[in-house]
Amino acid sequence: MALTRDDVLHIARLARIALDEAEVEQFRAQLSGILEHFQALAAVDTEGIEPTAHPLPLANVMREDVVQPSLLRDEVLANAPLCEDGYFRVRAVLE
Amino acid sequence: MKHLWRLTAHEAHEGLRRREFTSVELTRSVLERVAEVEPTVNAYITLTAELALQQAKEADAKLAAGTATPLTGIPVGIKDLIVTKGVRTTAGSKMLENFIPPYDSHVYENLRRAGAVMIGKCNMDEFAMGSSTEHSAYGPTRNPWNPALVPGGSSGGSAAAVAAGECLVSLGSDTGGSIRQPAALCGQVGLDPTYGRVSRYGIIAFGSSLDQVGPIGRDVEDVATMLDCIGGHDPRDSTTNPEPMPDLRHYLGRDIRGIRVGVPKEYFVSGMEPGVAARIEEALGVLEGLGATVDREVSLPSTEHALAVYYIIAPSEASANLARYDGVKYGFSDRSAPSMWENIEQTRAKGFGTEVKRRIMLGTYALSAGYYDAYYLKAQKVRTLISREFAEAFRKYDVLVTPTSPTVAFPVGAKVDDPFAMYLNDIYTLPASVAGLPAVSVPCGFSEGLPVGMQIIGNFFDEGRILQVAHAYEQASGFKNQLAPIGDS
Repeated sequence: MALTRDDVLHIARLARIALDEAEVEQFRAQLSGILEHFQALAAVDTEGIEPTAHPLPLANVMREDVVQPSLLRDEVLANAPLCEDGYFRVRAVLE
Repeated sequence: MKHLWRLTAHEAHEGLRRREFTSVELTRSVLERVAEVEPTVNAYITLTAELALQQAKEADAKLAAGTATPLTGIPVGIKDLIVTKGVRTTAGSKMLENFIPPYDSHVYENLRRAGAVMIGKCNMDEFAMGSSTEHSAYGPTRNPWNPALVPGGSSGGSAAAVAAGECLVSLGSDTGGSIRQPAALCGQVGLDPTYGRVSRYGIIAFGSSLDQVGPIGRDVEDVATMLDCIGGHDPRDSTTNPEPMPDLRHYLGRDIRGIRVGVPKEYFVSGMEPGVAARIEEALGVLEGLGATVDREVSLPSTEHALAVYYIIAPSEASANLARYDGVKYGFSDRSAPSMWENIEQTRAKGFGTEVKRRIMLGTYALSAGYYDAYYLKAQKVRTLISREFAEAFRKYDVLVTPTSPTVAFPVGAKVDDPFAMYLNDIYTLPASVAGLPAVSVPCGFSEGLPVGMQIIGNFFDEGRILQVAHAYEQASGFKNQLAPIGDS
């Protein structure tokens, strides 16, 4: 499975990671090599086999819908790069 | 009173209980040892000496009041993806260089309540992605048995700290081998509990269907004591087992006559060092001598696919988990560009290291439109096959025994530029991770002067059984409390 330069740029855009030219080529070659090793899976017979998302047979664990204490806003915002009036601050999303 | 850092946690507990020394004295001894060897080993990202001495004083008060637990006053190392309120937690990444958690993880909360003393936050591969602790933004950790070699990873700091006497026991995390492999390469005991045994509340996420916290110690009793402290149900992690923890002490010291040991032949393939194969064969002989029955003809045919399954599923989950690092809510933030999207792309470009970017890219690809069925869904189906084969095996065997790693510790720099060669280090630890089973690595001798580890895999929530076998082996073989020959003291 050889990736093209455009494939790498497409993945990087989906992952929201800016890559420089050297990284594009490095990842193109390395990811192609890794995906090549994964080809063996295609030959495994999985007809009628259910996928495993999670190793334990636990589902829909519920608790009573009551208010629980949460983290203090000021303590949480103390780690924010930029905040204002109790909000996270970002640059304009719409131009 | 000299060299208290050489004690195991249970030996130190005895000494503390009998008033032979105080936790402050024990902690000072460990901190002196840290000062001596840390410039070489680099096992810690952040040292918390002041906090440790404060906690040691509190522990001494508990000991005096008679309210001590087996971990009261015991110096521990904590892997730096386990969040600790008020103490910087980086996950080995530049992204979290200045992150001060506003809350405690479940496991650290339990350790604090037990009166443990935190020496510092242990070095690791960035976001636990790696098998050598070279992918840390804070410099590689060195193997205390030979500083030219890696300690394994990703919990390399946690393993090296225990091996070098920079703490008595530590916590690591294991997604595909990250506790067991460094424990093996550093000559220590490392336990990856059953998925769901230990709460992941406050653990910086990598692969959420695989991640599990567990202990590294100098002997089996110490890791059992640690699991007893951190394990059990936690309503804040809905994947934790609601059943109560078994009494692990009940299993230690019990003989293993009649225990059925299976040895899957797929683990003994090309690529394994002869010295590793020889030590495992000798260890199997010891188990037989203790009365266990050993069947060397077990077959788990899907084993060979575990590597591909893991390296599709874990990066896929990581690509989703690490989407949160956007430079907005916390962590590193690059705001040099005029638009929000460019800010996010630059933040992630500059905040993540190469291996993390590579895995996010790999996972993003495997989950992307047109490839999801061929990679992610296919891997999930083969995951089912791997789990079924284990389930079948555990109808006939109580435990499965394999090597932990195909090689002993390798030189710093040897594999860091070849991602697939690095991934192959995990080939023996990945299958149990994929199935969510508990597994422990115990020291079983040396090859070319370096420690070799034996992996004992158990059935779901059967940590007691694997610790019973590990403890019986350890007592018979004498491979325990192996401090690495480093430093002058």
